[in-house]
Amino acid sequence: MPNFIDRRLNPKDKSLSNRQRFLRRARAQLKNVINQSVKDRSIADVDGRQVVNVPTKGIGEPRFHHSPRGGKRDQVFTGNKEFTSGDRLSKPKQGGGGSGGKDAADSGEGNDDFSFTLSREEFLELFFEDLELPDLVKTNLKEVIAFKPRRAGYTVSGTPTNINVLRTMRNSYGRRIALHRPKQSDIDAIVAKIEALESQPGHDDTRARRLDALQDDLARLLRKRKIVPFIDPLDIRFNRFEREALPNTKAVMFCLMDVSGSMGEREKDLAKRFFILLHLFLKRRYDKIDIVFIRHTHEAQEVDEDTFFYSRETGGTVVSTALEEMLRVIKERYPTQEWNIYAAQASDGDNFSGDSEKCVRMLDQEVMPLCQYYAYVEILDEREADIFRSSDNGTALWRAYQEAGQSWENFQAKRIAQPGDIYPVFRELFAKQNKGAGAPQKAKA
Amino acid sequence: MAKKATKKKSSFLFEGSDWTFDTMSRTYDAIEEIAINDLGLNVYPNQIEIISSEQMLDAYSSIGMPLMYQHWSFGKHFVREEELYRKGARGLAYELVINAKPCISYHMEENTMAMQALVTAHAAFGHNHFFKNNYLFRQWTDAEAILNYMEFAKGFIAKCEERHGPAAVEEVLDAAHALMDHGVFRYRRTPRGAPHKEQMRARKRQEYEERTFNDLWRTLPSPKCGAEPSEAEVEIAKRKKSLRLPEENLLYFLEKNSPILEPWQREILHIVRKIAQYFYPQKQTKVMNEGCATFVHYYIVNKLYDQGMLTEGAMLEILHSHSSVVFQPSFDDPRYGGINPYALGFEMMQDIRRICTEPTEEDKRWLPDIAGNGDWRGTLRDAWANHRDESFIQQFLSPHLIRKMRLFVLSDSEKDDYYTVSSIHDERGYENVRRTISRNFDLGMIEPNIQVVDLDLRGDRQLCLQHIVRDGIPLAEKNRAEVLKHIRRLWGYDVSLHGVDNTSGETVYRDSTAKPEAAA
Repeated sequence: MPNFIDRRLNPKDKSLSNRQRFLRRARAQLKNVINQSVKDRSIADVDGRQVVNVPTKGIGEPRFHHSPRGGKRDQVFTGNKEFTSGDRLSKPKQGGGGSGGKDAADSGEGNDDFSFTLSREEFLELFFEDLELPDLVKTNLKEVIAFKPRRAGYTVSGTPTNINVLRTMRNSYGRRIALHRPKQSDIDAIVAKIEALESQPGHDDTRARRLDALQDDLARLLRKRKIVPFIDPLDIRFNRFEREALPNTKAVMFCLMDVSGSMGEREKDLAKRFFILLHLFLKRRYDKIDIVFIRHTHEAQEVDEDTFFYSRETGGTVVSTALEEMLRVIKERYPTQEWNIYAAQASDGDNFSGDSEKCVRMLDQEVMPLCQYYAYVEILDEREADIFRSSDNGTALWRAYQEAGQSWENFQAKRIAQPGDIYPVFRELFAKQNKGAGAPQKAKA
Repeated sequence: MAKKATKKKSSFLFEGSDWTFDTMSRTYDAIEEIAINDLGLNVYPNQIEIISSEQMLDAYSSIGMPLMYQHWSFGKHFVREEELYRKGARGLAYELVINAKPCISYHMEENTMAMQALVTAHAAFGHNHFFKNNYLFRQWTDAEAILNYMEFAKGFIAKCEERHGPAAVEEVLDAAHALMDHGVFRYRRTPRGAPHKEQMRARKRQEYEERTFNDLWRTLPSPKCGAEPSEAEVEIAKRKKSLRLPEENLLYFLEKNSPILEPWQREILHIVRKIAQYFYPQKQTKVMNEGCATFVHYYIVNKLYDQGMLTEGAMLEILHSHSSVVFQPSFDDPRYGGINPYALGFEMMQDIRRICTEPTEEDKRWLPDIAGNGDWRGTLRDAWANHRDESFIQQFLSPHLIRKMRLFVLSDSEKDDYYTVSSIHDERGYENVRRTISRNFDLGMIEPNIQVVDLDLRGDRQLCLQHIVRDGIPLAEKNRAEVLKHIRRLWGYDVSLHGVDNTSGETVYRDSTAKPEAAA
């Protein structure tokens, strides 16, 4: 009798810490891969399961081993078919083929890229450069409420469309049994007997008496059937629905970006990360998210994602045109009672003189009342970043937006110069919301 | 035969595919009966552990040890295995067995009962017997102590990480892992005796010399007086002797002699070296170890079936997985990945059984020692105990099997643009095929021969390594440079590597960490 031990309940993930060590080790390469994937992927699926290919550089495990080529070597193979000793086989031109039966065995992993899957958390952590994402599920966004009917038991009154057949028939069946409603088969039996007696030739008393008795029975059954109906209004049950307040599960996200010549590759990349982050936040909260891309120079237009990020436009910069375009799209397709509206705007701060005031006016009067949240980032040159740390001085657009920020709580304006700066833009918003949500609960308790 | 002793002839050990601990234990007893009393196996006590597939992945990635210190490379293997497994590109092993006392075998919970029976016979008896009896394992591994040692190692390295930081520990481990293949003793060496023993030996030697002193010897002319070695050469020889050079166990050498390592770093090298040494016998006995386990399971399940203890369904399932394990595709098959050690080992052992019981004339000529001796059990047990792959193949590969597997030798010389079929499975070729395949499985041939040959502790302290180049086969260059850097990290001073041809003695290449121009 051996010693059996059931280890299945032992803690799993024994390798977890080794896995983390490995990721740390491969960090530099992973970052490259992920930066690349930001470029290649669209905003909506950037955080999907990531299969990453990491070049083996830095994570190789070198050993002394023989080179697969060179020198003289003999190797035994199996399954000879037509060779005899002395045969010569020409070598394949490049690599491949049966030549190096040895190299696979010797070098083990080879020099191919190393491919594996990152979990979502691991990806996000690398993506936002060590920013610890808070538990986003708990964040509490302000939202438009919609109502949805929810099943809530049965009722005796209602509209015929809501009749619950199963319940109704069950009640009817019970009542019919309890009140002894004659069955069709009983009636059929009596009718058959009567017919049989009637068809018999001749007359005698007993038969007439039996016939009478049967006729009486039949009449009684038929009467009873009339008194006890198949379905009585008492039986009928309706499905009951309650109107339930539901958080609206649809959101639309407007991405506004200045695409004039001053926005270079770096600026657009940062902007894309900014949009991705907002999308990630929203994705945790809403079932369905639409993304609308509006780019503007001195005029604005709605475009698809590729055009948005990768086509170049020339022209001046008039920010208010983008706001106008956004309002138009909202009016056309996204009624506020159905959609939660989020807006994210990225720009390098240039604007046509005098237009900034117009923007603030539009924000104040038209845009902000419709939006759940409006985030603006100004993308700085890295060299400028230090000069513009304090928020007072800056471009006209920046100063104008500062005003808007003071009057609207759900408006955020931030300057960013590196990917690491993006996250705090949102952190403040969600932190604030959490506080707001916490306070009333305390009051209740 | 022991067969008669079992009474429940008609009752199946189990039916259906689900296993329970009850059926497992009943099956184990039946298997043990055959293994011990029929095959005469001699095994460590067994400990069978049931694990889930995730735990199997965990075990895989830490080179099959239940306890292992932490290192990123294990994480790398883990993500790789996991990816392959998730994609369905690779199944997991049905079992994993650890050479320890008690012998631990991991069985997957997903296995059907039939598979559990197969795996029990394979691991708990086949591998177990091999571990306990093969001379390499007996000589080099200490099955009783390994788990305790690993526990110590894990704790020690964790403590080092706490004290010196994970980065510092990782650096040492990286370097040590790079040298793992060259961190083993290949031959038994006289243990360095305790000081008082050394003194005793010196005294005895002196006594002997005094006793056998003969003044006549002094009068002999000393040979070739002119070729007196120069002072420098004497110095070098002395130095080499004091450091016991040349030394092929690089990790051992660095552990003992590196001028810069701190005690904890030396201990880490020691740990890695111990583990390498522990696995060294397994690397040398792939064919035999797997062959032994496969032969044992095949014999045992057939016996069980003959005794009416296995249902036909179970037997079919077992045979199916047995035949996929010993499947050997031909060289031109896309699935060909070299010679399958399971297939070769199993076929050879089946062949030995045939030769012992019903030899042909040819067998009598080629293997006169065992042909027709009738005792195949004893013959196999003897082979399992006293051989490693290379010697086993050289000793027992019969012409019959060479023909059956249709083995042939392909020669590849760098200067020709063709391969030559130098031997095939015919009368003229048997010898060469057997010699070549045995060399193909010789670890001494597979791994490069690299030794520490010299260093000058008073000079620039450069460590000189020598690679003895066999048949002109060079080292893979990219890795070579990387590993040298690792050695430099452990040694603290520059390291150079010379490739010396084994026949001509010429230097083929030089590589060094010192300066780029020196490397040319």
